[in-house]
Amino acid sequence: MSSDRSLVQIAFYAALIAALGLVPKIELGLAGGIPITAQSLGVMLAGMMLGPVRGGLAVALLLFLVALGLPFLAGGRGGIGMFYGPTAGYLAGYFVGAIVVGAIMQAMRNVNVVVAACVAGVVGGIVVVHALGVPVLAYKAGLTLEKAVMVGSLPFIPGDLIKVVLAAIVVRTVARGLPSAIATRS
Amino acid sequence: MISLYMAGGSWAHKLSARAKLVFLFVLSLLIIPFNTLWFSALLLVFVVGLYGSLGKQGLEKLKAVRPLLWMMAIIFLVHVFLGDIEQGIIAVLRLLAMVLLANFISITTRMEALMDAVEPLFRPLRVFGISPRRVSLAVALVIRFVPILLAVYASLQEAYKARTARANSWRLLAPFALHAIKMTDHVAEALTARGGADGFSGENKS
Repeated sequence: MSSDRSLVQIAFYAALIAALGLVPKIELGLAGGIPITAQSLGVMLAGMMLGPVRGGLAVALLLFLVALGLPFLAGGRGGIGMFYGPTAGYLAGYFVGAIVVGAIMQAMRNVNVVVAACVAGVVGGIVVVHALGVPVLAYKAGLTLEKAVMVGSLPFIPGDLIKVVLAAIVVRTVARGLPSAIATRS
Repeated sequence: MISLYMAGGSWAHKLSARAKLVFLFVLSLLIIPFNTLWFSALLLVFVVGLYGSLGKQGLEKLKAVRPLLWMMAIIFLVHVFLGDIEQGIIAVLRLLAMVLLANFISITTRMEALMDAVEPLFRPLRVFGISPRRVSLAVALVIRFVPILLAVYASLQEAYKARTARANSWRLLAPFALHAIKMTDHVAEALTARGGADGFSGENKS
């Protein structure tokens, strides 16, 4: 694995996370037509495909670009303001989450890829992201922790679970079609 | 891609990027103990005044918070529900003020100037053999990749629409990822063929 390839992969997954936040919302028939943004799906994919180091760096690079003022967060948001808003904790959660997702994928490299992706996605992509996002939301919005969970966590759990499944489907497809692209397995 | 930056030569554009970043950071810490209604309102008025000092164009940039408004509304409603309207107003005012103030930097500072300002933060990465030059290259690559990826997704969507009459589906995600991963390999090869991320000058690590 040359360092050029790693650099391009990191940049590419950062771009993928941004692009998934900008594509039109995907409406899911099976979830009663709830529109979901795919941004956190990209975060999970970065960890699942690239592993903890490069996956984490991809998210860090994306957040750096957001801080530089590029509109790369879901819905075209961006700017340093994002790190002072109520959702700043979720951004930190994306970074740590991608690392945890990658670490779990690597630890479960001999387990069925769909199972490994689901476990990694739930722990890293949901639990870690919310664990960092909710306390910051509570602090920034002057809410109690329970209220912050009600507002900033519970409504998003169903959508997040769907995203974990989608990420697992994508990883499985890639594992079949382009196995070399999954660094956590080779 | 369109960045938030607004071209111009105002007083705020002339300040150094580092000074603006330090000011933001210090202010964000200083306001923590002042949790009253009038202070929060004053803070917001001050920040809106900053935008106003850039002229009409600047005031238009206040629209950047629009995507956050529903979130603010929910936060406010939860406070109302809890029976503390004043705390709700304070929370929303402070959030608006800090987000707008931070965005003010994005609006009045060129991206390259911001990158130069934070470059020292990347120096410790040298220990791991990552030169600041690689960071710049990565930033440029992302900015170039995002529109390409959006175009790839749009073409997949078109093909899907032609076959199913529906505009968008989760089924597009896997082919999208495959397309994109193949593209990464081509770009990596092209980069190596041209001497790698660090170029031909100096020692070649790749």
